[in-house]
Amino acid sequence: MGSHTITSRTPGVFYHRPSPDADPYVTEGASVSEGDTVGLVEVMKTFHEVKADAAGTVSKFLVENEDEVTIGQDLVELET
Amino acid sequence: MSLRSVLVANRGEIALRVVRACRELGIRSVAVYSDADASAAHVRHADDAVHIGKSSASKSYLNADAVLEAARSAGVDAVHPGYGFLSERPSFAAAVEEAGLTFVGPPSSVIATMGDKAAARAVARSADVPVVPGSDEVSSADYAVAAAEEVGYPVLVKASAGGGGRGIRPAASAGELRTVVVEAQREASSAFGSDKVYLERALQGPRHVEVQVLADTHGSVVHCFERECSLQRRRQKILEEAPAPGLSSELRSALCDAAVRLSSQVGYVGAGTVEFLVEGEEFFFIEMNTRIQVEHPVTEWITGLDLVAEQLRIAGGEPLSVAQDDIVRRGASIEFRVNAEDPDQDFLPSPGEVTGLELPGGPGVRVDTALMAGDVVPPFYDSLVAKLAVWAPTREQALARGRRALAEYRVEGLPTTIGLHRRLLDEPAVVDGTYDITTLETWLAGPS
Repeated sequence: MGSHTITSRTPGVFYHRPSPDADPYVTEGASVSEGDTVGLVEVMKTFHEVKADAAGTVSKFLVENEDEVTIGQDLVELET
Repeated sequence: MSLRSVLVANRGEIALRVVRACRELGIRSVAVYSDADASAAHVRHADDAVHIGKSSASKSYLNADAVLEAARSAGVDAVHPGYGFLSERPSFAAAVEEAGLTFVGPPSSVIATMGDKAAARAVARSADVPVVPGSDEVSSADYAVAAAEEVGYPVLVKASAGGGGRGIRPAASAGELRTVVVEAQREASSAFGSDKVYLERALQGPRHVEVQVLADTHGSVVHCFERECSLQRRRQKILEEAPAPGLSSELRSALCDAAVRLSSQVGYVGAGTVEFLVEGEEFFFIEMNTRIQVEHPVTEWITGLDLVAEQLRIAGGEPLSVAQDDIVRRGASIEFRVNAEDPDQDFLPSPGEVTGLELPGGPGVRVDTALMAGDVVPPFYDSLVAKLAVWAPTREQALARGRRALAEYRVEGLPTTIGLHRRLLDEPAVVDGTYDITTLETWLAGPS
């Protein structure tokens, strides 16, 4: 068992869910495949999906919903 | 009772534009700012500034309560909303009114009416202003075919509950329409929870032409001629000009008269823009923007008016500074929107630090920007960072001046749309002024 961290490709605002009323993309403990969407980053009024770049189990969110994030910032920790 | 102090409820170049107008009129300006904008130009140049929240727009410039609290604490007598953010929210304008302050714009009821598509079309019809031909809701294929005879082919079948370009299907003939209506109803039902659809004439490459109006509280309504804004990508304007090239004088008069009629009909107050689609010698009202527009500088260049100063005078209860006959057009103006986006990467937003900056200057050149060298363009707001607007006696000279100014313009550290504008000014359709609302997207999708 190793761990892997998904980072943000752009600066902006991080969201756990596709829209305010929707369910979160993933929750802690969920298993994800490579390419699965795990969050959303809003940059300059456009939205970019955060994709898992490895398969594994979501062990921890490293940012809260609506947190401001920088480019390269750690977002989600996976157990691989 | 002219205004003494104004809260500028915006950021970036438009906040700075309003601060500048206030300074020239002897009005005290109070800026608002988020964490990310603590040292921004609009804050530095205003007389006072109030911090309203964290960096994300929803926690600062879109937070109506925080903005209102800033207005109260700063003791201003008016609020200028700029464009975007809270500028076209009737509830915000109403809250400003209820707080006993002046909203620099039309009454909240007018914002509400013109912000409702059906209500705005009804206003246009009652003012004898043409709208894009359309039908009421159609309930069956037979009814749709009958309605399409009135509307004229090709038609678009649109979901009543749709929006943002979703739920729209074209049909070129009665036979096609019969199939499309059934499909559209089924799709609308599953996508929007309502199977209501209606028909609208499908225009074939119209131009987007808009008319600037000014209306005071004493019943005067004037137009300040038109702007051509057809060069758009995903409904976002990128380059605008005035006057609109290729517009006959009859059509120009008809458009401007229609804009004044519509504004009078709805009881408009302030600066506003009536937007039309123009196809051949026909024109159709699409919507009214009840605020100052990004592209207002091209109108200021050709008329010599200061539209933001007029807004502030009107809000202070003063009559318009000009009568219709005093407003004359002179020369040609073109505006280039400089966005922090990478045209070579599908216009990917490109926030970041501006490491070097050289602005164009000289005759007939105006740059509206709040961006200075060393500033960081934050990722939280619109990508527009500057507007370059040029003026010259003729359109041909304005194009040459635009090329010259764009060649001087240098932004280092992040990609912008400056290079795109340089290329656009070599495009025959732009040089000839024959472009329409499909031109830019077709050109971007093409080879080269």
